Amino acid sequence: MTESTKDSLTIAGRDFNSRLLVGTGKYKDMTETRAAIDASGAEIVTIAVRRTNLGQNADEPNILEVLPPDEFTYLPNTAGCYDARTAVRTCKLARELLGGHDLVKLEVLGDEKTLFPDVIATMKAAEELIADGFKIMVYTNDDPIIARELEAMGCVAVMPLAAPIGSGLGVRNKLNILTIVENAKVPVLVDAGVGTASDAAVAMELGCDGVLMNTAIAAAQKPVLMASAMKKAIEAGREAFLAGRMSAKRYASASSPVDGLFFN
Amino acid sequence: MQIQLNGKSFTVADPSLAALIEQMDLGGKRYAIEINEELIPRAEHASHQLHEGDCVEIVQAIGGG
Repeated sequence: MTESTKDSLTIAGRDFNSRLLVGTGKYKDMTETRAAIDASGAEIVTIAVRRTNLGQNADEPNILEVLPPDEFTYLPNTAGCYDARTAVRTCKLARELLGGHDLVKLEVLGDEKTLFPDVIATMKAAEELIADGFKIMVYTNDDPIIARELEAMGCVAVMPLAAPIGSGLGVRNKLNILTIVENAKVPVLVDAGVGTASDAAVAMELGCDGVLMNTAIAAAQKPVLMASAMKKAIEAGREAFLAGRMSAKRYASASSPVDGLFFN
Repeated sequence: MQIQLNGKSFTVADPSLAALIEQMDLGGKRYAIEINEELIPRAEHASHQLHEGDCVEIVQAIGGG
């Protein structure tokens, strides 16, 4: 594609070439983290905020050194938060830690087994954070009404789950995701539950603007290879969506003409 | 004085936050500090004084999904 027809992803006024966003957790080590993210082509990466290991610091490479801010856009998350207050505290700490960077991924969990979002607490946190100037990419379930309300509040992107975090089950409710995409005016990114390349392609074919994943890559037998597969899957799914797929039909429709058959 | 530091009991002789930060030898890495669940902005690190029983959290960025 030429510059003028570039199909970039725009989030909070910034353009990105890659529609694949990647998490930085669960890798074997920092070397694998960097290699996988390079193979994925991701420009936006999520990070978590946790207590510093006091007294054990000096030699350990920090994630911000392995993935420097001039090469990547960070999306600090509120993973592990089960209420609005801790999520709000986490975002404020992240913004401070990153020198004023205010694009965050908000997630408030409701259950330890399924890690399903507590959407009521999520909305409460979003309200306070948006008032404080944060740009929220909000993790939510696949309920189109909640997605609509989160957008109306001022979240810059809505991120419905495909399936529970780390489950690798793929898009469980395609019609709900489709409804969310059709009604949204902000970017919709599938976040959580993707397991393999076809899952990512499915999300993009539904019209999603991007996909955020972590476990699908980090827990693959060969993470760097899976990252490469995901990059291609996102691109393939996006092109298929833009190409406008054929209608699915009940019965066959021959691909070769009937006229001119040389036998009876 | 006794404070809580990253979830553990800790004794400080010097009440200045700046002294605590130096003692922790954070090695130029990026960090943020909360005391009693309130963010202490970087600009206040040099001047902020700790109090008995303060609950201090020093956090940094790590890999996560």
